Amino acid sequence: MSDSPAEPTAVELLSRIESGEQSSVELTQAYLDRIEATDTKVGAFLRTTPERALEQAADIDRRRSAGEAIGPLGGLPVAVKDVLCDEGELTTCASKMLADFRPPYDSTVVARLKAADAVLIGRTNMDEFAMGGSTENSAFQKTHNPWDLERSPGGSSGGAAACVAAGQAPLSIGTDTGGSIRQPAALCGVVGLKPTYGRVSRYGLVAFASSLDQVGPLARSVSDVALLYDSIAGHDQLDTTSANKPATPTLPEVDKPLEGLRVGIVPEHYAEGLNDEVREAVEKAIDGYRSAGAEIVDVELPHAKHGVATYYVIAPSEASSNLARYDGVHYGRRTDPAAMHARLTAERKAAAEAGDSAVADKLDTALVRLYRQSRSEALGPEVQRRIMLGVYALSEGYADAYYNKALQVRRLIRQDYDRAFDKVDVIAGPVTAAPAFKLGELIDDPLAMYLVDLYTVSANLAGLPAISLPCGRSSTGLPIGLQLMAPPLEETRLLRAARMHEQSHGPAMVAPI
Amino acid sequence: MAIQRADVERVALLARLEPSDEEADRLTGELAAIVGYVDSLAAVDTDGVEPMVHAIEQTNVFREDVVRESLPRDAALKNAPLHNGVGFRVPAVLGD
Repeated sequence: MSDSPAEPTAVELLSRIESGEQSSVELTQAYLDRIEATDTKVGAFLRTTPERALEQAADIDRRRSAGEAIGPLGGLPVAVKDVLCDEGELTTCASKMLADFRPPYDSTVVARLKAADAVLIGRTNMDEFAMGGSTENSAFQKTHNPWDLERSPGGSSGGAAACVAAGQAPLSIGTDTGGSIRQPAALCGVVGLKPTYGRVSRYGLVAFASSLDQVGPLARSVSDVALLYDSIAGHDQLDTTSANKPATPTLPEVDKPLEGLRVGIVPEHYAEGLNDEVREAVEKAIDGYRSAGAEIVDVELPHAKHGVATYYVIAPSEASSNLARYDGVHYGRRTDPAAMHARLTAERKAAAEAGDSAVADKLDTALVRLYRQSRSEALGPEVQRRIMLGVYALSEGYADAYYNKALQVRRLIRQDYDRAFDKVDVIAGPVTAAPAFKLGELIDDPLAMYLVDLYTVSANLAGLPAISLPCGRSSTGLPIGLQLMAPPLEETRLLRAARMHEQSHGPAMVAPI
Repeated sequence: MAIQRADVERVALLARLEPSDEEADRLTGELAAIVGYVDSLAAVDTDGVEPMVHAIEQTNVFREDVVRESLPRDAALKNAPLHNGVGFRVPAVLGD
């Protein structure tokens, strides 16, 4: 495989495999070699699964030459964020809590990828339990932005975005709860789609925030994203939040431009705080739509400014409930029992000797101590912070003021979008306020890190589909993303609009590592 | 209302976490800053607004009440830190 930045897209590779020009085994080996040659610098992969991948590829090649039917992903390598259950394989969520966890079942997304004849090449790094915007919260390793190795690839799907940007895989699967596909896609200069909430099954997706999480594709072109999206989208009986509406294939429609497209822009997005080069690149992209015959319309989203606050009540609240299951009992890390019992016994003895019944009464029972110690030892600081926030927001006396209030503001945010979509077909704007930040720059300031989600959280709160597309570079060569949003279940419209922008730009480049 | 150290200790117990003294101090500051930020929601007029949980409002999704295969016991115990082949082993719940 050449080191040229203009590497073939997944769709092009697929036609080479179909024409017999290249086998899936050859392609898979080429990507494994590329990962080996570059991942010590990038750190996108927590692990690769070369034996299984080559077996899958060989099986597909064999079936293809025997004239058997092959799934739509036809032997293409796909990297998967380490947050989706893959039966018998490590699924760690980049957490010490699940460092040895091997799920007893496949997530629906992984099952569908296998059925579509994807070659599962490896598992990508992420912020622990998908909580973060920089992939620095991984318990295991840092991922570096392929365009500037001193910078973050974004998060939480930092590995999934970086591996595509570095040409280590043509396709990857990430998840997006507050921007975790779109923000790393923007910072790494690739295409990333968050589908409508409910469009892709969450069965077997390790849950962070159940009303916000969505699984989605990343790749270097809109058609590639459409190809991967089509193979995973659609109703799933095993996920009761799954939309019971048929998912029509998007790939055959993607190249059809939208006549009379009305593109909404939100003047508030361009206030101070938006990096000048991002502003320029996004405005240029919007000019591109104008030149292509689209009508640009101002729309107002008066409640969007409350998005981050709303998100940082709802997401941690739901997370605190979802992560309660990590208690050291059924799976995951359990604290050392002997040490735990010894310490507890010593504490009880000390309290008894001091005659302090108040302290003695408040001491944990052994079971509670087991939970507390296991969780504190195995969950990282950002995860603990969000659990604490969530428990606080849901606790007696506060639930109305925080959680219920946030759910009300959430509806107002959604209503703003519903109203806007009466006037426009898609809404365009920035994905992030600035290009990739340096590793270490924001990690000690949780609130500053949260504000990075400014432009992305609203799509999760409102449940709308949204995509990030490369739309330029900063003066130092850092990628800049354009975000497009559409009404619920309008992924075809969204992808067609995205393709219109891509027509004048071409697919994303591979970073020279 | 600003978060105090006592709130952090109460919440830590509810959350089944055990922060050290330094961690609890740090958390108090961090949580106070974040809660201070989200307090801005109090000013939003939400009179008569229904809370929104799901993007595509679905009501109870049921299936037929038929017996299906469930996870075999050994698969369910496979990742357990401690088990006895039948169930998960934990410190005594009562009379510990």
